[in-house]
Amino acid sequence: MSKANLLDRRQVVSTLLANRNDVVAIGGLGASTNDMCAAGDHARNFYLWGGMGGAAMIGLGLALAQPKLPVLVITGDGEMLMGMGSLATIGLQKPSNLSIAVLDNEAYGETGGQTSHTSAAADFVGVARACGINDSRSVTTMADVEAFAKAVHDVSAGPRFANVKIGSAGLERILPTRDGTYILNRIRGDLGFQPI
Amino acid sequence: MHAHADAADTAPTWPDDIFAALQRFDVRQVPYVPDAGHAKLINRVLTSSTMRGISLTTEEEGVALLAGAWAGGQRGVLLMQSSGVGNCINMLSLIPILRFPFLTLVTMRGEWGEFNPWQVPMGSTTQGVFELSGVQVLRASNAAEVPAVLEAAASQAYNALTPTAVLLSQRLIGAKVFTK
Repeated sequence: MSKANLLDRRQVVSTLLANRNDVVAIGGLGASTNDMCAAGDHARNFYLWGGMGGAAMIGLGLALAQPKLPVLVITGDGEMLMGMGSLATIGLQKPSNLSIAVLDNEAYGETGGQTSHTSAAADFVGVARACGINDSRSVTTMADVEAFAKAVHDVSAGPRFANVKIGSAGLERILPTRDGTYILNRIRGDLGFQPI
Repeated sequence: MHAHADAADTAPTWPDDIFAALQRFDVRQVPYVPDAGHAKLINRVLTSSTMRGISLTTEEEGVALLAGAWAGGQRGVLLMQSSGVGNCINMLSLIPILRFPFLTLVTMRGEWGEFNPWQVPMGSTTQGVFELSGVQVLRASNAAEVPAVLEAAASQAYNALTPTAVLLSQRLIGAKVFTK
């Protein structure tokens, strides 16, 4: 099954991070974290290799701790489905500096391409809005991606959510570091925090 | 006193001891899934000017939240009841991998005069689940020992990055009474 006009995930993520400045970015378990690395390693990249369903909540904890910093979660539809309740938690807290972009290929790409709930039924844009995330967008063009990337820097108008329909083509794996302690402490160091 | 508990009729003061310890350790984010045993502490947190209470839909959200909070420079504590511990299991893997301070306060069900058999299986395995997951377990069984247990738990969690759960026993909280 192929659909026309689906966006290229690598191009989407590079655009989201192109002028990132002080953005802290969290990549959900799966291809999203690789996409973030492919766009260029960065001290403020929080790569996840596990904890499926936790990406948005890591974003919330960071956003509440650093309310002046833009925090961007980039994850996949399968990862977001596992943590769908966190959209209700975020909708309640309304962190104005948190943005979430779901790269939605309607499939579990890492495990053989099994179709996900978004292929036929689940509508994240509706879910996020119904959970109180009023700025909830369906992103279908690169112009939409660019507009969302710009909005991420407005730390007074979030939370915001974008569901980005992407193609399901398999891409070369570009793997970030798997050392979680390094990843986390690199972020802390870049934010000016000392080791314990 | 009711039939199954050592807890006094009057409002307990041990939640105030917990709140004071959390304040002393500069805890800022307090994710929780509500429990009757945590009700007073949650109220204290929600009216605090320094702590943020964060209501969760399920407990594992809180584990991930605390990782993000620490990346952003803040300490947190997760409040839940024993049935929620099972919900956390896979997310607990973040703790040794990322090495962030993890403290959770767990109100126990399924022990000490429990009325509801459905609480017993998870209540009986709560300590084992934590220990298998690399989280050290301390227990408070009466109000008098709460301050010392909290002090020890917070010290080792925040100063030594030792993942720690405090089990607040049903004997301390009082078994939930079901009336028709």
